[in-house]
Amino acid sequence: MLDSTHSVATPEGVDLTLVPAGVLPRATAFLIDLLLRGVILVVAASAIGVLGHVGIGLFLLLLFLVEWFYPVLFEVLGGGATPGKRSVGLQVVEVDGRPVGLAASVIRNLLRAADFLPLLFGLGLVSMLFSPRFQRLGDLAAGTLVVWTPERLRTVDLPPAPAQAPPSPLRLAEQKALIAFAERSQRLAPARQVELAELLEPLTLARGDLAVTRLRGMARWLAGER
Amino acid sequence: MSPQEFLRRHEADWTALERALAAATPADAQALPARYRQACQHLALARERHYPPALVDRLNRLVVQAHHHLYRMPPPRAGAVARFLLRDFPALVRAHAGLFWLAALCFYGAFAAIALAVWWQPSLVYSVLDASQVREFEAMYDPARRHLGSTRDDAGDFLMFGYYVQHNIGIGFQTFAGGMLGGIGSLVILLFNGLTLGAVAGHLTRVGFHDTFWSFVCGHGAFELTAIVLAGMAGLMLGRALVAPGRLTRGEALRQQARPAVRIIYGAALLLVLAALVEAFWSSSQAVPPALKYAVAALLWGAVALYFLRAGRSAEAADAPR
Repeated sequence: MLDSTHSVATPEGVDLTLVPAGVLPRATAFLIDLLLRGVILVVAASAIGVLGHVGIGLFLLLLFLVEWFYPVLFEVLGGGATPGKRSVGLQVVEVDGRPVGLAASVIRNLLRAADFLPLLFGLGLVSMLFSPRFQRLGDLAAGTLVVWTPERLRTVDLPPAPAQAPPSPLRLAEQKALIAFAERSQRLAPARQVELAELLEPLTLARGDLAVTRLRGMARWLAGER
Repeated sequence: MSPQEFLRRHEADWTALERALAAATPADAQALPARYRQACQHLALARERHYPPALVDRLNRLVVQAHHHLYRMPPPRAGAVARFLLRDFPALVRAHAGLFWLAALCFYGAFAAIALAVWWQPSLVYSVLDASQVREFEAMYDPARRHLGSTRDDAGDFLMFGYYVQHNIGIGFQTFAGGMLGGIGSLVILLFNGLTLGAVAGHLTRVGFHDTFWSFVCGHGAFELTAIVLAGMAGLMLGRALVAPGRLTRGEALRQQARPAVRIIYGAALLLVLAALVEAFWSSSQAVPPALKYAVAALLWGAVALYFLRAGRSAEAADAPR
């Protein structure tokens, strides 16, 4: 199946499946963090403004730390996620699936300056679109991924239909395809739903709306409903 | 075995693993490794038997969480910072000395060339700086000023310290990041800074402000200029990995070089903090006579050279295989 998952082999001999996050959720998380950083700086500025020149000096030090090390702090100590990433449901991990370490976090966040070039994350965007795991330049050098947290990967509700067993056993990829169809079918036009469902006539032994209903029913059965 | 039967038999094990992840009690936490390996086995079985995706996904989620918990980076060992400063950092710079000299040649070469050119032909300063910048630099190093190196006499030393940290370390980090453009970004930033500083130096020497200018820059320059060259060197390490990866893939070469490169950046950032301290509280003071500043500067440059040439050598020799 065409998907963007990333498999990690563990010492225990199983493959873990991680799901890298694309451009849009990451941009959302970045904007939330940007806003939060702005708020921190404004609050700090009004708090230490009364200190005069020493206050401005302190503010410049804080500006430096917030500009470069805000993400490092949260990624290393906060389970791989800045507040923005946490709210979207993302986390940074090393390519081997371990939590991100200090060196990797510093590398990816210092190299953000290169991703930003030539304008508004131009290189970072190109790098993410061309890398199979949505890695920006900083991620490539640090060997890190931004993935959906396990909590965010719970399956969505399937549309209602009477659960029914498929007439023959299906392989895991086939089962997943059926469930993915049921999950997404409500976002498709009815005619398109029918068109896709009729491709599986040997399985459903039906045409038209009945084929769609039967596929949804099989999906519910595969998802555990009896 | 049907998926339902599998679920019925093992569900208790999985909730026990979830409890161990939350680490409600020490006994739960101790059970984590065993519970985790058991869940790994269940995941492998569930995949092999083509159990429903929801079940496989649930187990995968659980195993990912436990794996994340179990394979955390160890906390840094005690003495790691001291070991880095006294031994690993200078040894690392020596190990990549070629790139250090390339970065230094770029920076000091541009500096010397334009400084001599401006000294010989004063109007050349306007090829690098515009007229208002030249006036500003003249004002900063006017011998009549109480505070050197800034146009605001009333600006406190601590304010300038904050400014130097924010501005100079930012430039250092950008020089490093420029390495991702095949090293060209780092080289351009080194050349540009060398040209600007060289033009200012040539011009101010020519107009007779040499004592205020050179006595100002010579002290903290030992740390600041060395750190900028080191940042360029770290960027060039990334650039070399991208341009000439050798027998590795570009991605693999980049990942391998990024780790030592960022350690050089740690050292460079520390040097820049030192430089900011010296620059804000020592270099800018007009109360200190230039002769004393030159003497201290000679000491600082000597200390920096000695540090990078000698620090950690005996430990390296002791570790080396015989």
